[in-house]
Amino acid sequence: MDKITLTINAIPIKADRNISVLQAALKNNIYIPHLCYNPDLKVAGVCRLCIVEVKDRKLTTSCNLKVEEGLIITTDSPQIKQLRRVIIELLITNYQGNYPKLSETDDSQLRKVAAYVEIKPNRLRRLRGPTKIIPIDKSNPFFRRDHNKCVLCGICVRTCRELQKVSCIDFAFRGYDTKVSTFANKPIAESNCESCGECVMRCPTGALSPKKLQTASRKTKTICSYCGVGCGMYLGVKGKKIVSVIGDKDNPVNHGSLCVKGRFGYDFINHPERLTSPLIKKNGKFIRSSWEEALKVITKKFSIYRGDKFATLSSAKCTNEENYLIQKFTRAVMGSNHIDHCARLCHAPTVAGLTQSFGSGAMTNSINEIGKADCILAIGTNTTSAHPIISLQIKNAAENGAKIIIANPKEIDLCSFADIFLQHKPGSDVALLMGMMRVIVEEKLYDATFIKNHCENFESFKKSLGNFNQDFVERTTGVAFRDIAKAARLYAKYKPSTILFAMGITQHSHGTDNVLATSNLAMLTDNIGKPSTGVNPLRGQNNVQGACDMGALPNVYSGYQKVNMPNIRKKFELAWKCKLPSSPGLTHVEIFEAIYNKKIKALYLVGENPIISEANSNHVKNAIKKIDFFVVQDIFLTETAKLADVVLPAASFAEKNGTFTNTERRVQRVQKAIEPIGKAKPDWQITCAIAKKMKAKGFDFSNPKQIMKEIASLTPSYKGITYERLENSGLQWPCLNKKHPGTPILHVERFATPNGKGKFMPLEYKPPAEVPDSKYPFIFTTDRSLFHFHTSTMSRRVEGLDILNGEEFLNINPKDAAGIGITDGEMVKVCSRRGRIKVRAKLTDICPQGVASMTFHFAETPTNVLTNSVLDPVAKIPETKVCAVQIKKIK
Amino acid sequence: MNKKVKEGLKIILSSFKGKKDELISILQEIQEEFGYLPEYAMRKIARFTGVAQSRVYAVATFYAQFRFTPIGKKHVTVCRGTACHVRGAPRILEEVEKELGIKEKETTPDLEYSLETVACIGCCGLSPCLMINKKVEAKLTPEKIAKLFKKPRPPKADSEPSSRGFSS
Repeated sequence: MDKITLTINAIPIKADRNISVLQAALKNNIYIPHLCYNPDLKVAGVCRLCIVEVKDRKLTTSCNLKVEEGLIITTDSPQIKQLRRVIIELLITNYQGNYPKLSETDDSQLRKVAAYVEIKPNRLRRLRGPTKIIPIDKSNPFFRRDHNKCVLCGICVRTCRELQKVSCIDFAFRGYDTKVSTFANKPIAESNCESCGECVMRCPTGALSPKKLQTASRKTKTICSYCGVGCGMYLGVKGKKIVSVIGDKDNPVNHGSLCVKGRFGYDFINHPERLTSPLIKKNGKFIRSSWEEALKVITKKFSIYRGDKFATLSSAKCTNEENYLIQKFTRAVMGSNHIDHCARLCHAPTVAGLTQSFGSGAMTNSINEIGKADCILAIGTNTTSAHPIISLQIKNAAENGAKIIIANPKEIDLCSFADIFLQHKPGSDVALLMGMMRVIVEEKLYDATFIKNHCENFESFKKSLGNFNQDFVERTTGVAFRDIAKAARLYAKYKPSTILFAMGITQHSHGTDNVLATSNLAMLTDNIGKPSTGVNPLRGQNNVQGACDMGALPNVYSGYQKVNMPNIRKKFELAWKCKLPSSPGLTHVEIFEAIYNKKIKALYLVGENPIISEANSNHVKNAIKKIDFFVVQDIFLTETAKLADVVLPAASFAEKNGTFTNTERRVQRVQKAIEPIGKAKPDWQITCAIAKKMKAKGFDFSNPKQIMKEIASLTPSYKGITYERLENSGLQWPCLNKKHPGTPILHVERFATPNGKGKFMPLEYKPPAEVPDSKYPFIFTTDRSLFHFHTSTMSRRVEGLDILNGEEFLNINPKDAAGIGITDGEMVKVCSRRGRIKVRAKLTDICPQGVASMTFHFAETPTNVLTNSVLDPVAKIPETKVCAVQIKKIK
Repeated sequence: MNKKVKEGLKIILSSFKGKKDELISILQEIQEEFGYLPEYAMRKIARFTGVAQSRVYAVATFYAQFRFTPIGKKHVTVCRGTACHVRGAPRILEEVEKELGIKEKETTPDLEYSLETVACIGCCGLSPCLMINKKVEAKLTPEKIAKLFKKPRPPKADSEPSSRGFSS
């Protein structure tokens, strides 16, 4: 693009078109004082400090003056100096921040401006300061708000509105009393603030400041270890501790944004409850032991239980390298294919379903394309809670005029951005989506050419739509058909359209059908293989995509290469120099069933907490009691680890090197910031040590880089991936060779199926396995909180997160509550056919009548004792999203 | 109380479309109906118009015409006009605040008294003065204030639902 030449302070500079004079100056290292300007926000022009003199024109603020050819600017003429001095003096006089100290924050803009203008204390003394002192709002556990230090620049208000789109704060009151206020002027912790901290990071005066403020001595670039979005961040290290987290602006996933967990949820790393040495259970008690002794016990026992008596549950929290080694160990050393991990409990139907229809079971498109879509169908995903940074993309799209369709049994936060909200009954997704497709087919909104050239099986699919007539769809989903039809028309007409989904689609006894319905919908309208289209499953754990890719699954090696294909098995046998079992192993829930039936006798469990996370968790507990030998490898003594025979202390993500693969298939580098705590070791070292102790070959790795080399040599989709190439922004698989740039969009030319065609799947509606009846009259569903992650092993060890959300609530509609005679905040009893718990009720119209919901973050109220472990026949995922319960008043 | 607000709000909102630019008109009608803007109503208005809650509050607090607490049975208006001011209106106000235990624009928990100040009542000859409902109390001194208000006042009655409630 051609540049513009202008002159600032007699220095000729070149600038891009369409930027402001202030931006041009800052880019060229010319400082113009400013407070209300922030590069991420729209220009406000309220602080007036950036005034400049433009030749032959009036004085003007440079932040909202666009560059023009030949502009002659002076930033420090005597007149400006005088004006600017008065402006800053008035601001500082109103500011009670203990001048000249001004603020504790490192790079307070106000301090910088004051220093630049050379404020003289005796000149300030002549001005009268404020008469009122406003109490500091300390209600949020992570930051404080001191209105006395606020100069009303509005950066926080704009950040909350423009970037987070939460609009928790605004300017309230008038004149002298104006202040930044929450709704009804309440403490920030009682507002709808998400505690993301974006405003705190941008506050130029220290009015908003983090409570824990320690300056890091060095920073390590890495990837967040909470959800599957995979945000880039810098861990600030001081001594042996992580003291801060800063978003990585250059990361293509989050562009510097972080959510509350990412930014403030790091205290678990240095938590005193971290496991620091191996533990061996003797006479029912854990005794600290040396690594030598623990490994001896493990190898002795493992040697007895080789083959089908052995199972491993790997971890979606561990790195790719570790997952690869764990499955290699299970298959090559232990001779067992019984390896699985928590993907079974979240996105197994995605892998099964999308592989059938598209040939590849991952997000088809990239995260940063979502914001550019013209229509988004978000079904079964409470994105603001579970994938906060992806929800920003949806909100951006909405702001840019995209049509947003939200389909969810509950009225989630995103509904306020939606054009249509389809509040369907839990488990009726197939009926809803097929109803939409019927409208698209009947109104001929589908793309016949695309279907003819790129898809197959359309006719039999079309026939199966016959069952989904208006009456049936309305009755099954509980949604007015005209809304479904409207949604169908929006989805088909506003292209590119993209589909996002998560657990609401997958965690059903017919989860695979649900997934197939989404892929049918995408193919029907040619919304696949192009930017901002596709079917996009939002993966849960930080590395659940990677753990699947690495073959921590019972039926495939790394890169989804099937164990029962002789030529594939041969390749791995040659590489690993051993004989490998040929039939696929058991899945997650089946493994516990086999343990219960005494078929599997030893279990190696890495970084998982099934006692809390597995459906019908009482059954899991009973199964574990029957096991002969149980090893848990984790960073904390979780509820599950307490039942183990040997517990091995693992290193957290901050203490090791490796790679995570995020939900958009982007492989990114995780880098070690501190040494492992105590005697803890990275999981890859532990697995190698066990293998080597068992005299296995092929585990002599001195760093994860060597492991990645082996992965690349055996995995076609990772073939081109090396640590050197991951340095900057990672690579999205498939990456087929060393020069391959990665693949942001799948299925561009052809589908990944063997014949290159997408396969339409005829579907029929199957009700959930358990529906309400007179004894158990409520539909019970599970969801997530923004402030916690999964079984909260990490997040509840962050004090602030536990303050923001420290207790489980049963969400129930006020009308239902009135029927049972319970009030807001009352303890109630919830029972299903499998278990019962006591929990506090929260009356909310977010839940429709007849539906109640809970998260499963709290071990003291283990939600999953209620849920149903009936499996999807294809993907073997339990139906965590729907079961029937009774809710009773406690007398 | 809450039920009354709920029903009144429903009737008022039924005559609007839910557009952003209707915000101030809706707020005015609510205030007309209830004498103040109940928090519950402001939340519902935010949802109805698609304006953020914080913005509804920002708009409402900008205008002097809106109140955030219900008007008491007896509305006390303290004059701060020039004549009253020079004859000690600030002291009078201070005394009234102390006596009622509330600040300007607030209401006593028993909903008996509410307090506001105005620029001039229009009877400067009687300064310093205040009005209780429509009755003017003239030539006040701090000592006279206590006698104006009923004592002892009954304990706290049914007021607005606590903001810390769980329902949203």
